[in-house]
Amino acid sequence: MSIGLRDATVRRSALSLRRTRRRAKRSPYPYWFLLPAFAVFFVFFLLPTFSSFYYSLTRWTLFDSEWIGLDNFRQFFEEPGLTKGLTNTLIYAVVTSGTKVVLGMVLAVLLTSSVWGRAFMRSAVFFPVLVSTIGVGLTFTVLMEPDQGLINDALGLVGIEGPRWLVDPRYALLSVAAVDVWKGVGLATVIYIAGIVAIPREYYDAAHVDGATPWKTFRYITLPLAWPATMTVIVLSLIGGLRSFDLIWAMTRGGPGFTSDVIASVIYKQYQAGFYGLSTAGNVVLFLLVSALMLPLYWKLSRREVQL
Amino acid sequence: MTSRRVRYFSPLFIAVIAVVFLVPFVFIIFTAAKTKAEAGQLAFSLPGEWALIDNLKQAIEARDYMLITAFINSTIITVGSVAIMVVLSAMVAYVLQRRKPRWGWFADLLILSGLIIPPAVVPTVWVMQELSLFKTLQGMILIEVAFGLSFCILLFRAFIATIPRELDEAATIDGAGPLRVFFSVIFPLMKSVVVTCVVVQSVTVFNDFVNPLYFLPGDENATVQLTLFNFQSQYEQNFNLLFADILLITIPPLIMFMFFNRKIVEGLTAGAVKG
Repeated sequence: MSIGLRDATVRRSALSLRRTRRRAKRSPYPYWFLLPAFAVFFVFFLLPTFSSFYYSLTRWTLFDSEWIGLDNFRQFFEEPGLTKGLTNTLIYAVVTSGTKVVLGMVLAVLLTSSVWGRAFMRSAVFFPVLVSTIGVGLTFTVLMEPDQGLINDALGLVGIEGPRWLVDPRYALLSVAAVDVWKGVGLATVIYIAGIVAIPREYYDAAHVDGATPWKTFRYITLPLAWPATMTVIVLSLIGGLRSFDLIWAMTRGGPGFTSDVIASVIYKQYQAGFYGLSTAGNVVLFLLVSALMLPLYWKLSRREVQL
Repeated sequence: MTSRRVRYFSPLFIAVIAVVFLVPFVFIIFTAAKTKAEAGQLAFSLPGEWALIDNLKQAIEARDYMLITAFINSTIITVGSVAIMVVLSAMVAYVLQRRKPRWGWFADLLILSGLIIPPAVVPTVWVMQELSLFKTLQGMILIEVAFGLSFCILLFRAFIATIPRELDEAATIDGAGPLRVFFSVIFPLMKSVVVTCVVVQSVTVFNDFVNPLYFLPGDENATVQLTLFNFQSQYEQNFNLLFADILLITIPPLIMFMFFNRKIVEGLTAGAVKG
């Protein structure tokens, strides 16, 4: 009796094993579907990323490499031209990201209320996102020309003497950051609009009945309930800001001197100069910086969302 | 919400937005239509003499029709890379979403790293040289595919979750193989999200400057953005031609924008609501 039972169990499990094996073999969702994408991703992204850790520790000519330990990194943190790039990257990322969060929110609140010409305004704010960064950079280089440029002309009309924008070492980086905000705030705005539109009307109706002021409605309903949108905007603009290169290269090429250099432009300059090891070290620094900022931020922001 | 006050301020608000966001584009058009001498003054004014057509012609003819070559190259890169990346990432998204493997977290990690981590430049050049893909259009296409996969996979996976499993099961029972199920049942259903992805990625690849700068140097393979950048140093004093060039390069995104504005916004804001 007991033997017979065990026998049956064994037989049944053997049967189900065979069945699962057969099903695994003929799954309608075969794993080889992942292969082509993984192959491209591995060869052109993962492999270079991993090898960058090794080559950043060498003097490298692409054909052979000589191990020099941490020398490249030492140089990166000692030469003023290179450390400037590091601090500038942080300033640039924080300034552009912070401004986009605030302006994006303001624009989104205004463009979801009943203003005249709303659809047109939304398009006008969003369009620069799609335009070539180089085109925007060159256009604003001309607009920011200190003596003849439109911006200083306009400021002159109201009696303000505008700064020398891209030519002034103090303002060069911030001027580029301002253009970055002009080009990118449309993305933050549409993300916020999507977030605000998803908030149920009832909350606003209830607040209205309770006699809440517009500021209180914004502070206690819109702001907390649009939190996922804020998180998206912060993450996207920080990543973009840390990696940004096009706009800076089109407008100042890191100048005057190296006052508006960022890590990405340092990487390019060292690459052009043939210092491949040093350039790759710059990539590793950028990698570490991005991970160091994004990991805790991602963790903290997603926790905050759960608490709400 | 802040009804009365907003309505009171709205004319002012609209004026500010219009000036800040539209004046640069009007400036591009005006300057592109001026003569060389007038454009050199950098003023924001209607051109005294309209020379738009002539300037466009000169910008196109410059350096032995470089801009035409560049437009052809950019089109090949954009079409090729977007087509490949859409198909490959749809296949990945489909299998990962349906099977939910135990190592799914690892796949997620790779996808996220593709979004966040800046590519390592020189090692990529090295890999491409080893494969003799450096300075080739094929190589450039594969690079754009590698960097674009993550975004597409995330977009597609959310969408595939809404397609009922019964559909692929029914097709499988009817005897269709995995490729057939995917390409003739699932992929056609993804049409709307595929359009979104194609539009967003086309604009991204077409506007890409950094990657061609590194991986596709040289005049014979010039892309649109590189041509524009080089134009600046060569025609330093010809602002009318420079802006004619900028104008020409703004047209493709403008067309995309006019036809697919909603699709683009949809693609870029996916995830903003749910996080």
